[in-house]
Amino acid sequence: MNAAIEVTDTTVRYGDVLALDNVSLSLPPGRVCGLLGTNGSGKSTLLKTVLGLVPADHGRIRILGHTSTQARRKGLLGYVPQSEQVDWAFPVRVRDVVMMGRYGHMSARRRPRPADHQALAHALERTHLSDLADRQIGALSGGQRKRAFIARAIAQNARVLLLDEPFAGVDKRSEDHIIELLRQLGTEGHTLLVSTHDLAQVPALCDQALLLQRRVIAHGHPAHVLHPDNLTQAFGTPTDQEDRAWTR
Amino acid sequence: MDTLTSATEWFTTPWSFAFIQRALLVSVVAGVVCAVLSCWMTLIGWSLMGDAVSHAVLPGVVLSYMFGLPFAAGALVFGAGSVALIGVVNRTSRVKEDAVIGVVFTAMFALGLVLISRVPSQTDLGHILFGNVLGVSDTDIRQILLLGAAVLLVIWYKHRDLTLYAFDPVHAHALGINPRLLETLLLGLLSVTVVVALQAVGIILVVAMVIIPGATAYLLTDRFERMLLISSAVAVLAALTGVFTSFHLNVSTGGTIVLTQATAFALAYLFSPRHGVLWKSRIARRLRAHTPTH
Repeated sequence: MNAAIEVTDTTVRYGDVLALDNVSLSLPPGRVCGLLGTNGSGKSTLLKTVLGLVPADHGRIRILGHTSTQARRKGLLGYVPQSEQVDWAFPVRVRDVVMMGRYGHMSARRRPRPADHQALAHALERTHLSDLADRQIGALSGGQRKRAFIARAIAQNARVLLLDEPFAGVDKRSEDHIIELLRQLGTEGHTLLVSTHDLAQVPALCDQALLLQRRVIAHGHPAHVLHPDNLTQAFGTPTDQEDRAWTR
Repeated sequence: MDTLTSATEWFTTPWSFAFIQRALLVSVVAGVVCAVLSCWMTLIGWSLMGDAVSHAVLPGVVLSYMFGLPFAAGALVFGAGSVALIGVVNRTSRVKEDAVIGVVFTAMFALGLVLISRVPSQTDLGHILFGNVLGVSDTDIRQILLLGAAVLLVIWYKHRDLTLYAFDPVHAHALGINPRLLETLLLGLLSVTVVVALQAVGIILVVAMVIIPGATAYLLTDRFERMLLISSAVAVLAALTGVFTSFHLNVSTGGTIVLTQATAFALAYLFSPRHGVLWKSRIARRLRAHTPTH
């Protein structure tokens, strides 16, 4: 069986800066993998490379056996952006955003058909946003905003989900809610790659973790990856740790 | 009764002139096409791009007159050409985009000025720069209607993709929809729209028509569909006010159209129920009054 995400010996450079150094990663379907590291460790770059937004210097990316381009055309890849990348004042409603997940299933004019409306209603229900569907997207709380974008990926029926810092700006109760939702998606056979600089949710959320510091420092069971020796390599010596974002 | 009669006459007297009817047709059509596109321009933040494209069409217009072609032909070539040039220089140099835009559009405008000084005198620089909506020819009207209809048709067909591009180009990419293609489409629409509005308000003020109605509507609603309606309404109102006022007071039509739009924007900026500054400061004051001070 094909791995859901397979990254082989992939190197990415931004000009002279080495962003990813020979990174390899293989993730079977139905797994939730935490992508851990400091700011600037290459987490976002790895997500963007899998998504095909950033070209790799060398290496190979396969998603369920397809190239990134093929996977995108088939609608296999879903993306939940970082909050900072979204224009929350944009005049769209929650239902409009979630419906955008269906565009790959529609004709060129993107006119929704009954199946699309059903998928929309289902995605809103699963993320408990049905009552908020007509709100403007910025009129939601931090946790609801994240759920709206997860709902978009559910409506899309993306087999592989890439989530960039889904717990930033989210309160504890919403965080538990999102963890439960993501776990369910994993159980249903979706594969999730979740970047976070906060290690607190990792044991509850992830089957696997990958610790990144431009290269892969550790990959495997969360308990093994979160071993102090590994963390020191990724985040610096324990005395440095107070300065790091993840300890906050 | 007298006031009513004179008020009616204020509208009916100009209406009896054919050139006023044509001016109304052109400024309403150009206004609505610009207003619809302006909703996307405002949300993406492309006002400088609108300025660039409008100035860059000048050499195209001059060359069209020189060779006896429809003015739209040359304008389109130079509008689209400078957008492409901006894209290429931006991608292949370290200079930031706003500087590239500044260099390209001023250079194109300068080329237009040099060309016009060598062209036989029947082309009036003033008409190109400031519009000449009271003197549009039948050919001009045909071009404006044709191009305006084409723009609205393409927008009607692709509006969901354009909004997707404006809101989240990365998601478009993730779905296998090429965001660069959508960007190119939108820039193409901008070039054609600028050409449509050129006759009404001239090169210098075109940018106002593709920004102000959308920006005004954005202050008044959080719904995109309503934004389209409000910005179109602002444009129609401004077109009517502009043409009638300029007839009675003998002032610049293009100038009056843009001033009316700017007035609408100022009113929305001050009095919009949710996003106006007066309303917001009133809420802030009330909150402060209800918060106990320590």
